[in-house]
Amino acid sequence: MTYFLQQLLNAMQLGSIYALIALGYTMVYGILTMINFAHGDLFMVGAFLCFIAATFLKLPFVPTLLLSMAGVALLGVAIERVAYKPLRQAPRVSAVITALGVGLFLENFTLVFSPYPQHVPALIANRTWTIGGVSISSLQIIIILLSIALMIILDLVVRRTMVGMAMRAISWDKSIVPLMGVPLDLIISITFAIGTSLGAAAGTMYSLAFPVIDPYMGILVGWKAFISAVVGGIGNIRGAMIGGFILGGVEIMVAAFMPSTYRDFVAFGLLLILLIFRPYGILGKPRPQKV
Amino acid sequence: MNTAPLLSIRDLTVSYGNIKAVQGISFDVYEGEIVTLIGANGAGKSSTLRAISGLAPYGGTITYRGVDLRKTAADKIVALGIAQVPEGRGIFGNLTVQENLKLATWGRKDRPEVERDYERVFGIFPRLKERRNQLGGTLSGGEQQMLAVARALMSRGKVMLLDEPSMGLSPVLVREIFHVLTEINQAGTTVLLVEQNANMALRVASRGYVLETGTLTLSGTGAELLGNPRVKEAYLGG
Repeated sequence: MTYFLQQLLNAMQLGSIYALIALGYTMVYGILTMINFAHGDLFMVGAFLCFIAATFLKLPFVPTLLLSMAGVALLGVAIERVAYKPLRQAPRVSAVITALGVGLFLENFTLVFSPYPQHVPALIANRTWTIGGVSISSLQIIIILLSIALMIILDLVVRRTMVGMAMRAISWDKSIVPLMGVPLDLIISITFAIGTSLGAAAGTMYSLAFPVIDPYMGILVGWKAFISAVVGGIGNIRGAMIGGFILGGVEIMVAAFMPSTYRDFVAFGLLLILLIFRPYGILGKPRPQKV
Repeated sequence: MNTAPLLSIRDLTVSYGNIKAVQGISFDVYEGEIVTLIGANGAGKSSTLRAISGLAPYGGTITYRGVDLRKTAADKIVALGIAQVPEGRGIFGNLTVQENLKLATWGRKDRPEVERDYERVFGIFPRLKERRNQLGGTLSGGEQQMLAVARALMSRGKVMLLDEPSMGLSPVLVREIFHVLTEINQAGTTVLLVEQNANMALRVASRGYVLETGTLTLSGTGAELLGNPRVKEAYLGG
């Protein structure tokens, strides 16, 4: 039982990171119906900004996190303006290919500056508590609580603010939104800024939990977060959160109770089966026909 | 009908690829009027409204209160006072009635006035007040049309462009919507109405234009056009 609880805690940690990244995929899909395949690489850039801030600027945790989030948000907005905006009227597949290209660019750009893996210094004093046989580290607590806090804030922004309302309106029909006096490009930029900065927060926390980073670290994590978003129902924000925790949970539990080489095989197999029964994901709904 | 027109369209052309939907039309809308463009499907009516709202690229000039709108983005055109009730109503089905209305106040800074406008709009459309917390997608066609008009009121449009408000509605609802339009007009909103339902449109209009395959072929007061033999034959069923 304590073993299970221990693994559950590990699953929460991994799941919250997947969930944060999945939100970026799902938000961009929600407003532009495109998959931003560069998002995993923006997560990687977030990790590298964390490394730079911690190593060269010697910043403590909170400023490091904020710098990473702000830097990646700016990069995300710039990428949308330069690479995706000109393709808004183009077939969706063109935008997806462009996104893959942007991802490759980010990987290779980072590779130029960092041909070798880098070690991220520990920014959080490592303390461990043991409660009923389950050990909890200070880092785990911070990752889980911070992720949940960010998700609650995002949920409130989307449900309660004018900007969030505009985002939801865009996801329904973006051609009508300018007629409401709402500047479409500004809302799209804000969406990219929020989505990519959550990815950067995940990158920062991930690089503290697994402190060796390299330019390709975003590929597999990005794919898994993307799958989390699909499992939850792509375009659905709460779905992305649920999907992230499910994928994190399945991965950790498989590795805990089966040979760990089975991890990805069993995890992805389960998700494929889930999608057979719920092809739109857990919270996704087939789009109603517009009349 | 005095002094300069509120909205002035000169030599307007709108093209989609090789198709010229609007082929050089000119007309004016004066403050306080209801002006209608009538014409068949594909005559270029919607394209004209889309150009005025800044949603479609165009040739020619569109001026509002003497200001050339060419360089003005669609959302800023709304802030200037040109609201559009789009074809098919354009209700956000995933937002509540209240949220649909609130979104339309995006560009407004006068919060106390906004509160008063909710009351005004709910006074005109009591049905929307009952359903304020319902999702837009659950409303009937007539209610959605009312919500679309209500949204245009919430954005404080001085000119309201309406694209086929009668589409898909029963005759009773069409009469109700047109009745509301005349009331809104009497309260000071200028109306540019695009319709296939020429009979209803010409009855409420101060002036009308007939649009045929992208060109204006006839113009006159609503009564004149209603009595015109060509209009009778082509648009009023003989």
